[in-house]
Amino acid sequence: MSMLQLLQANAPVGRKPRARGRALPYLLSLPALLVCVAIIVPFVVAAIYSLQRYRLNLPYLRSFIGVQNYVDFLTDPAFWNTLRISLVYTALTVVLELLLGLAIALLLRRPTRFHNAVSIVLLLPLMTAPAIAALMWKLMTNPGFGILSYLVGLLGFTDFKWASDPSTALFTVVLVDVWVYTPFIMILLLAGLRSLPRQPFEAAALDGVPATFVFFRITLPMLAPYIITASLFRLLDSIQQFDIIYAMTQGGPGDRLMVFQVQAYLEFFQYTNVGRSAALLMILWLITNILSNIFIKNWLRLRARVHRQA
Amino acid sequence: MEHESLAGRIFRGAALTLILVFFMFPIVWILLMSFQTNEQILRIPPRILFEPTLANYEALISGQLRTAAGNLEITFMRNLWNSFVLSSGAVVLALLLGVPAAYAFARFKFRLGETIAFTLLSFRFAPPLLVLLPLSLYYQELGLNDTYVGIVWVYQLIALPLILWIVRGYFEDISPDIEHAYRLAGHSWSEAFTRIAVPLAGPGIAAAGLLSFIFCWNNFIFALILASADKQPVTVGALAFVTASGIQYGQIAAAIVLSVTPTLLLALYAQRYLVEGLSLGAVKG
Repeated sequence: MSMLQLLQANAPVGRKPRARGRALPYLLSLPALLVCVAIIVPFVVAAIYSLQRYRLNLPYLRSFIGVQNYVDFLTDPAFWNTLRISLVYTALTVVLELLLGLAIALLLRRPTRFHNAVSIVLLLPLMTAPAIAALMWKLMTNPGFGILSYLVGLLGFTDFKWASDPSTALFTVVLVDVWVYTPFIMILLLAGLRSLPRQPFEAAALDGVPATFVFFRITLPMLAPYIITASLFRLLDSIQQFDIIYAMTQGGPGDRLMVFQVQAYLEFFQYTNVGRSAALLMILWLITNILSNIFIKNWLRLRARVHRQA
Repeated sequence: MEHESLAGRIFRGAALTLILVFFMFPIVWILLMSFQTNEQILRIPPRILFEPTLANYEALISGQLRTAAGNLEITFMRNLWNSFVLSSGAVVLALLLGVPAAYAFARFKFRLGETIAFTLLSFRFAPPLLVLLPLSLYYQELGLNDTYVGIVWVYQLIALPLILWIVRGYFEDISPDIEHAYRLAGHSWSEAFTRIAVPLAGPGIAAAGLLSFIFCWNNFIFALILASADKQPVTVGALAFVTASGIQYGQIAAAIVLSVTPTLLLALYAQRYLVEGLSLGAVKG
């Protein structure tokens, strides 16, 4: 608002319209630019921290140590554990959510009133805060009274401890992630499916082409841009998962769920090791940066296509 | 497709039922729990039929929890209020900053604009802790730590990319000819923007605002790092409440219900625009 008033106040009508016209886009985007700068500064600071020995409890030891924090990771089993858990968690969640989301989208493909109602209802888990969703599942898997503990007990698993048992903790948080985020894949693929042109499918039906052939040779290839964009979206968010895991177990039991951001959080607040925490996050950023470049390319292509259709 | 076999129909029906049960059961179950006393919750086997009580909600709203060990103060209403203040503050700021910028990026092709738009988009995918940890140290020095202003500012990381890219798409879909015609009639640029472009993109702006409100409300990590108990939103407050109250399961369930109700209602209201928001404006529903 103040931007507009400024523009109106400082621009007398009719004088130098050209110059003002050229400056206008820059003036309009100035606030957004400031936000960018305000984010880049702490980002650069974090990069510098990662090259320092910097512990909050031992400030007098602070010094520049080059890439020593990174070199230390190479021989640190905790780091390799973090990398492994993060990758396994990401792979499991993305693959399961993609398969389930695609299956649901196919089931709801015809735009009947019932199907639309189901697709809206299925969005509710996605609109639940992930940290709160983790609490809901924590209540349901409580060993004392949790309904899910009771139900698996009826099936004979009387000693199933969900997130508090190292052997089932990963399964439990993956389940919560699938519950929250499958609707994300579903809703994007459903929009994609419904926007596909009808002619290829009508032609295939006329020629009596078998359904599996139609699915693998027509539906999937045409849906590919949507599938790629949705999966990359999830991939990028999943490898940085924090809320669900932190709210559920804080990375435990032991170090069983120490994904990148949980580990970095504990390094910072529990061990007050700023340098090490920053180095961990820089490695995570490198991974996500490569992925997000691929993502933005695909996302732009899809965006251009959808806007052309409109 | 049209003439489906009976077996096919049964299979579809069964699959849809299973899917609905899996995705709806947790919400329904927690809602039921929130109307039960602790004794009812602890019963084995669990029962679906029970005498509902409002005691859990009363305790949360009054802020007083009477237990055998004595009275426990609950600040949950404060958390709800904080969520509301932080999310609406963030959305208003993001609209003020984002809508003019989105208009500039849609109407004028200039290199700086593209750079800003893509930088903000790539921040959406950078690890939030990478920005938050240095910020938490700086905020302490600047006195911004644990202030609404400081937290609303970092919420721009969530709200601004969303608003920028959705609203930009709406502006791009409006033909510039209308604005040209309006300006030929002697109106200034700012009049064309406020009287023509913004009203035409209105639905998109409203949708982007609602969605960013939902995402800010659901955020956990920003406030976990930057806010102390006094400024915590419900996501962080609910977790703290679980730790503090221990075994008051009924109240925990009621707190969960109160935390998610606003966003679920908003989502149902704005569902037409959810696809667009979730894909940052790339896919239209």
